[in-house]
Amino acid sequence: MDRAAKKEAVVKAIKEKFGVAVRDVSEYTGDTKVLIALDSIHDVLLFLRDEHHFVYLTDLFGADRFTSEDRFEVIYNIVSLKTGVRLFVKTWCPEENPVVPTATDIWPGANWNEREVWDMFGIRFEGHPDHRRIYMPEDYQYHPMRKEFPLLGIPGSIDLPTTTPDTE
Amino acid sequence: MSLEHSLKNNGFLTTSLDFVTNWARANALWPMPMGLACCAIEMMAFAGPKYDASRFGSEVMRFSPRQSDVMIVAGWCTYKMSHAIRRIWDQMPDPKWCIAMGACASTGGMHRCYGVVQGVDNFLPVDVYVSGCPPRPDALLNALMQIQDKIKSEHSTTLDA
Repeated sequence: MDRAAKKEAVVKAIKEKFGVAVRDVSEYTGDTKVLIALDSIHDVLLFLRDEHHFVYLTDLFGADRFTSEDRFEVIYNIVSLKTGVRLFVKTWCPEENPVVPTATDIWPGANWNEREVWDMFGIRFEGHPDHRRIYMPEDYQYHPMRKEFPLLGIPGSIDLPTTTPDTE
Repeated sequence: MSLEHSLKNNGFLTTSLDFVTNWARANALWPMPMGLACCAIEMMAFAGPKYDASRFGSEVMRFSPRQSDVMIVAGWCTYKMSHAIRRIWDQMPDPKWCIAMGACASTGGMHRCYGVVQGVDNFLPVDVYVSGCPPRPDALLNALMQIQDKIKSEHSTTLDA
């Protein structure tokens, strides 16, 4: 069985187990993306890790779709080290109160990635052990990768050092 | 004809104190290499044997701010880094000078975004801006020579009343 067939088998297994929670399956440039409903995402990820050996979380990132419904997206890029299959698992969350269950209990390496998504998009991860910003200053008010955020930032929102006058 | 010869071992020379001070300062400008990005590679070439900053007395890169005279900010500077740079600048003893090397340190350059300070002159008193992305080592040598010219035209000695 070649890798494409193995990938199809995995997608089929997700569909059989979770049914309508699989909202969409799409393919682009050889990558398969599976869109999962928000309330089943944690179960699907756990199922993939335990039953199909997707033990390697390559990447976890967010996206701002800038739509009126289900604005934000979290994408898990996972690899099965047994079959070599790579899968992109996605889930959508709404603009008001965007909360996604954490994946740190499945892959501990998701810790910093989730902190980055929180920093850049303002998506909260329920159950995250260390839910702080990772790049921007801790008291920063905004989430810079959101589409409505101005390119040059909010003037004066990050402090510059005080410049004491040069004494002669 | 050497100076000793023209003085015939019994003369002396008068000059202004400013001239001597400025001569000493201008020809021993020890850089504080604030290398932040790719400009720092060109800064290394500037100090290396081919471009040879030691011709101008500036080969001694000092990694302690307390021993340096001119800070070369080479590369783009984030808001987070700006506090560290200012701290180092404040620790440098007077008199001191600053070179903003490259487009990013001068204006923010291509990093036109929320996290990068749009020019280090927002928090540092810059003496010379160097254009280029990154500038050639020659351009940095030119900046050094401009600072030397600036020092030589300064009036640094004052009399207490």
